[in-house]
Amino acid sequence: MNVVAQPHFLPVDLWALGAVIALTVGTLVILLLELMPAGPRSSRAALLSLLTIGVSASSVFRVREDRRSLFDGMFVHDGITVFFTLLFCAIAAIGVLLAWDYIKRTRINLAEYYALLLSATLGMIIMAASNDLITIFLGLELMSLALYVMVGFRRSNLESNEAALKYFLLGAFASGFLLYGIALLYGATGTTNLQHMARFLADSPVAGNALLIGGGLLVLVGLGFKVAAVPFHMWTPDAYQGAPTSVTAYMSAGAKAAGFAALLRLVLVVLPNVHADWTTILTWIAIVTMTVGNVTALFQINLKRMLAYSSIAHAGYVLVAVVAGGTDGAAAAMFYLAVYSFMNLGAFGVLTLLGRDGEERVQISDLAGLGFRHPGLGIAMTLFMISLGGIPPTAGFMGKIFVFGAALDHGHIPLVIVGVLNSVISVFYYLRITVAMYMEEPRGEATPVSWALPSTVALVISVALTIWWGVQANGLLEQARRSVTGLL
Amino acid sequence: MIDFPWLSWLIFFPLMGAALLVLMPAHAERLIRRWATVVALAEFAFSLPLWWRFVPTGPAFQFVENRAWLAGLGASYHIGVDGIAVLLVLLTTLITAIAVIGSATAVHTRAREFYALLLALETGMIGTFLCMDLLLFYLFWEAMLIPMYLLIGVWGGQRRVYAAVKFFLYTMAGSVLMLVAILWMYFLNRSVTGVATFDLEAFYQLSIPPEMQVWLFLAFAIAFAIKVPMFPFHTWLPDAHVEAPTAGSVILAAILLKMGTFGFVRYAIPLFPVASHQFTPWIVGLAIIGIIYGALVAMVQPDLKKLVAYSSVSHLGFCMLGLYAMNQQGYAGAMLQMINHGISTGALFLLVGVVYERRHTRLIADFGGLWKPMPVFAAVFLVVMLSSIGLPGTNGFVGEFLVLLGAFRTNVWWAVLASSGVILSACYMLWMFQRVMFGPVTHAENEKLSDLTFRERLVFAPLLLLIFWLGVFPQPFLDRMQPALDRTLALARDRAAATGGLAARPNTGLPPGVTIVPRVRTETVAPHGGSR
Repeated sequence: MNVVAQPHFLPVDLWALGAVIALTVGTLVILLLELMPAGPRSSRAALLSLLTIGVSASSVFRVREDRRSLFDGMFVHDGITVFFTLLFCAIAAIGVLLAWDYIKRTRINLAEYYALLLSATLGMIIMAASNDLITIFLGLELMSLALYVMVGFRRSNLESNEAALKYFLLGAFASGFLLYGIALLYGATGTTNLQHMARFLADSPVAGNALLIGGGLLVLVGLGFKVAAVPFHMWTPDAYQGAPTSVTAYMSAGAKAAGFAALLRLVLVVLPNVHADWTTILTWIAIVTMTVGNVTALFQINLKRMLAYSSIAHAGYVLVAVVAGGTDGAAAAMFYLAVYSFMNLGAFGVLTLLGRDGEERVQISDLAGLGFRHPGLGIAMTLFMISLGGIPPTAGFMGKIFVFGAALDHGHIPLVIVGVLNSVISVFYYLRITVAMYMEEPRGEATPVSWALPSTVALVISVALTIWWGVQANGLLEQARRSVTGLL
Repeated sequence: MIDFPWLSWLIFFPLMGAALLVLMPAHAERLIRRWATVVALAEFAFSLPLWWRFVPTGPAFQFVENRAWLAGLGASYHIGVDGIAVLLVLLTTLITAIAVIGSATAVHTRAREFYALLLALETGMIGTFLCMDLLLFYLFWEAMLIPMYLLIGVWGGQRRVYAAVKFFLYTMAGSVLMLVAILWMYFLNRSVTGVATFDLEAFYQLSIPPEMQVWLFLAFAIAFAIKVPMFPFHTWLPDAHVEAPTAGSVILAAILLKMGTFGFVRYAIPLFPVASHQFTPWIVGLAIIGIIYGALVAMVQPDLKKLVAYSSVSHLGFCMLGLYAMNQQGYAGAMLQMINHGISTGALFLLVGVVYERRHTRLIADFGGLWKPMPVFAAVFLVVMLSSIGLPGTNGFVGEFLVLLGAFRTNVWWAVLASSGVILSACYMLWMFQRVMFGPVTHAENEKLSDLTFRERLVFAPLLLLIFWLGVFPQPFLDRMQPALDRTLALARDRAAATGGLAARPNTGLPPGVTIVPRVRTETVAPHGGSR
């Protein structure tokens, strides 16, 4: 570990903290500007959000090669932080672009939407940059609280209310588990700092310690809830379905990546020194997550629910990489998360365009004939589905290659076989979407499509990245690898 | 010309053509058709120099291009053409051009998307034949599924969705395990040599322990067996063939099925010779079952397309039998049979398409006495059918004869059982021909059927030419593939010996062909020399 706590605050630290500062300021500015309400068609908050996100990303990008440890080792600026900060900024930017027109159409165009989105992004960044269980918890809460509100943002809609309440109640429990786990770990090791914890565990093998095992399990439950791993996934379909589609898009990518960012750091820093069989537990969670997610998705007729179960399954694929461990596993997980974020944002992004004036047209049958009426949208959706199914030449295929490759390299053959068979199952329901789009005719009125420039830009970016990383994955993989090696 | 990336051009030119096609206005149907035809013909023209510029006795792979692709992983964009792929690529460009021209009157809805997918499919197929990197191979192999799936699912018949999804899932289910096997070999190679690469030639050097070969072979063999398709894995084929539009059926039969047998020759057999040998009884057994079962089921089909589809199962059984005879005659026969099947069965599907376009039915019972209104059609049908049966003087005879000869040298009973397939194929084909072409015209609608148009005659002309050329003078074709086949055989034998799997137990019923020193080329082709 070459990140050493520095007594002095250097200018570089300001850049490293740039994302955190910019997002905080941006959130507050957007909220304060609401003293002068801008009306239901205003794009002021959206533009300000994009500006904030741009400043955040460029500030961290400027010092991407530096390695700093701040606030007494609670906040680190290293490869993982940089990678995930940039990823979260990209997810947030696409989230803003997708919401821009969508929330105007659904008449929930309030500046608070963007303020919440920015603070959720801030929470995610803090989760990825935390080197301390307490800061991880703070980041997680900041993200979660903002997301609870966003899920219930369609105040007058019962489904949205139900989703928010379910998500909040279950999320609160999960946070409780996480905090309790942190307390137990603190009791077992005397610290909440990950580095110190690792050092303590390396010096004194406390393998059978019940506090340690119990604490570890509870932390796993808390993070497993956020990444929607089975059996902590129950909230996912309801929350994804009830939330405004733009929120679903954003949280399906962001919250999952953030949960995994924290989990990866835990796994990379602390787990090597824990002399207990964590792999078995994680292996089983991965197997169950992939299988339950994919098999349940087969039976969904609501696209948001189907994609919710698909996102559960994808958490399972990332877990396969986490189980593999090491530089390769972590890099594969990060690669997969980046790829998954864009293809999932794209898939939900297509859904945000369906329907007119806030009506939701998200049944599979609503897609009937879409592929030929709107060729561009059809090609984009097909591409996202192919990519989610892990079929070349798309980014999703490369992601699976790296994930399964890493697991195979570390000898997890049964896990890999379960994984690839799962991707065959998944193709069945991803194909159903293409069947509806290209091989069926709409029964009633064909679903109208509400084109808007920002959403189009978001979709074009997602499509471009999904293809680019499918044929030229080298750059991103190298980036992910270097990020992890900096840490180990 | 040396530095010109010719093979890359061959692979990606159709895709570029398809991209331009998508940009055209959807209603400009004539422009779309013309452009697609021009692209497909130009691609065929680009590929033609392979016939004389490829030097059979030269290096194994020629016109090689090797560029870094995924440097971090060790996968490279490595392509080249050998004597096995060269004929298949030529077949692909020819059949695609024929399929494009042949669907001029068959497809009216969404023509733009239809042709774009056909051309994209061509890119996938040529890429699969040419790549020398296993990850790249898998990429093309899987990517090929999408256009074919859409071709069946959008432009197909009544049960097109079912057929398309079944086709996709069957093939994908088979190939994901192959992906695991590819990754496994990659890591094995890395741990042995320290070099991270997916390069085929590196894997050819890799010694794989026999017990590991069994699993790797199974993973590859199932993927390929589904594609071939071999007997218990064939059920997707009749559905896909019957529901696919004519052009889809033609390409499916002529090229896509060859991917499976090509996979055995290029990958499964030379990479895992020991396991390959161990499984010989199984594969030969299934191949013979496929030959007989396919023929018997074809006999009772009321639907012309289904009949041809089951005849494919039977014919591909011959290819597999030839390969697993593991001697030169068998190999040459199997390769030739792959080309033959592409020509004859492609032509058969086109012929069925011709009557389907006119009558909108494919049931044998709806026809009868077609010779009267459509004499040219009937004559073409007759030639193609005879070539499919394997009448001497047509291409089918040479291939089947060599396969049976190879099988005979390895095990007499294989040849005896497989020969019954030849007889059965004569039964179902002639019976079908009799019911469709001869006798009085039983249905009034059939009396006014128009004969082949000029365009249709143009489509069949090259196929008929090839049928006779291959039937009378197959030597140029054999010359081109022979060194490559010898090399593959020798490679399999050397690798088996190096692994120790065979050297350790020399007398375990090893097929004689494997131990025999490769014969000189002239002897291989001697048996059918009389037909020259």
